[in-house]
Amino acid sequence: MKKLLILSGKGGTGKTTVAAAFIDFLNAEAFADCDVDAPNLHLVAGMHTQPERWDYYGSQKASIDPAKCIGCGVCLEKCRFDAISLRGGVCEVNEYACEGCSVCWYVCPQSAVTMNEDIAGEQMLYRDGRVFSTAKLKMGRGNSGKLVTEVKKALYNAAPEKKLAIIDGSPGVGCPVIASVSGVDLVLIVAEPSLSGIHDMERILKTTGILRAKAAVCVNKYDTCTENTEAIEEYCRENNVPFAGRIPFDKQASAAINAGHSLAAVECPARDALKNVFKDVMTLLGESDRAEN
Amino acid sequence: MKLAVLSGKGGTGKTFVSVNLAAAAVQSAYIDCDVEEPNGRLFLKPEKLTKQVVNTKLPVFDSEKCTGCRKCVDFCRFNALVYVKDKPMVFPEVCHSCGGCVLVCPTGAISETDKPVGVVECGQNGDIRVVTGCMNLGEAISTPIIKAALAQAGEADGLTVIDCPPGSACSVMESVQDADYCLLVAEPTAFGLHNFKMVYELVTLLQKPCGVIINKADDGYPALEGFCESNGIPVLCRIPYSEKLARLGANGEIAALADREYADLFQCLLADIRKEAQL
Repeated sequence: MKKLLILSGKGGTGKTTVAAAFIDFLNAEAFADCDVDAPNLHLVAGMHTQPERWDYYGSQKASIDPAKCIGCGVCLEKCRFDAISLRGGVCEVNEYACEGCSVCWYVCPQSAVTMNEDIAGEQMLYRDGRVFSTAKLKMGRGNSGKLVTEVKKALYNAAPEKKLAIIDGSPGVGCPVIASVSGVDLVLIVAEPSLSGIHDMERILKTTGILRAKAAVCVNKYDTCTENTEAIEEYCRENNVPFAGRIPFDKQASAAINAGHSLAAVECPARDALKNVFKDVMTLLGESDRAEN
Repeated sequence: MKLAVLSGKGGTGKTFVSVNLAAAAVQSAYIDCDVEEPNGRLFLKPEKLTKQVVNTKLPVFDSEKCTGCRKCVDFCRFNALVYVKDKPMVFPEVCHSCGGCVLVCPTGAISETDKPVGVVECGQNGDIRVVTGCMNLGEAISTPIIKAALAQAGEADGLTVIDCPPGSACSVMESVQDADYCLLVAEPTAFGLHNFKMVYELVTLLQKPCGVIINKADDGYPALEGFCESNGIPVLCRIPYSEKLARLGANGEIAALADREYADLFQCLLADIRKEAQL
């Protein structure tokens, strides 16, 4: 299975808008939303079946039995995550700060600490001939990279025979992004011609470079600042990053999203531009025959 | 007053609101906790920069003392240690620096070394203290840099604006922990509303008072206004899209400093926030 991942560095540049349109252009049979912090693809993916759901267990969480704790504070002193505080003579764990390392469990002279499994999110798998894997991380939980890996695994296991998968990624350059990049054939970066957009595109391109992943760039809302769009294209030329095209700002885009579908079916300039970006990306993936339907 | 600015969805205008509020206040500190993509400095252009490297700990193994008992490998909850070719080895990118391996080693063969994961930059723009956390590329764990940036906030008498990362995971939790008030920047779209609900759930969980700014509020999105109304979340301000704002932004200028109309808008907003937060 070939995998196309869509990233951006900066948030809100249009990753999901691009991903949803590509899914429709391709009639994709396998796709995933790896933005487990703020998933949105399900809002426009047009799946009408109920998903299969299961819990995602992240890192364990410590808990301290107040009946056994003597308030000696050894755990508090050894905890590197400031997750333990002394209140009313006994120690207690802040579940949001606890990373589940179990150092407190190890050092407690009273055996007052237990390590417990923790539900850190929920995974969902939709099937209606197509397969769509997505997940939602619980508030304030860490380890989002591990959940991203699980979302991809669920997709690959459910659709091993599909030839091409589209994966919507998360903003940033950290944990979930690094997990999403592993094993993909191409990363399409959706850039935005703003000062922040350029800066963040450079950071995500350097990150995919460190991870040795192949990347291409397209610019969304290019006409909001053509000078910056040219600067992005120039950067791509200088750094040998394939440039896959420009998409104009189009009010139809948010109207389509608010109505719950992708831009693919709406006759408008942004749709036509996206179709051209799609063709270029399929060529880069060595799948140019797929672009001709 | 410590004010956290957050959004759930990326690109709704957190940094835009944060730098403008910092600029509209008489004396303020701006802390960029979006350490994966810190952008406030592109607009605030701080001077007299000082840099501090943020380190985490990594285990190092003394092969003379190591007996190959593998207690460290078994203890590590993050699968960061492996035992190959008769010695333990660490995968630095998955190590959480908990120090557990050092504690369990029966022969004292493990010590720790510093590993740089990012920098915190401090500078000034006039009266505004500008603190930027920036994670090194290729690193996965952002919370140590967020902690280090927040520690540099200083004791600003006036306003401290905390520009948070997107999403609602541990990095956001870390950033808003000490805030007196949370300002949620929402976008009137289906995506914006869905992520707004998630971040609203987070601030409710932390029992923080909060209010909303609706950015790019041209067409309106009744579902968002309805959600705010039925949950009693005050909508403090609606900022429509404007060509002037887009142009100022593209040039790296701060609207509240460059334009009278926006200076008034952000000063009023700040006064409203103080009233809401009772600070």
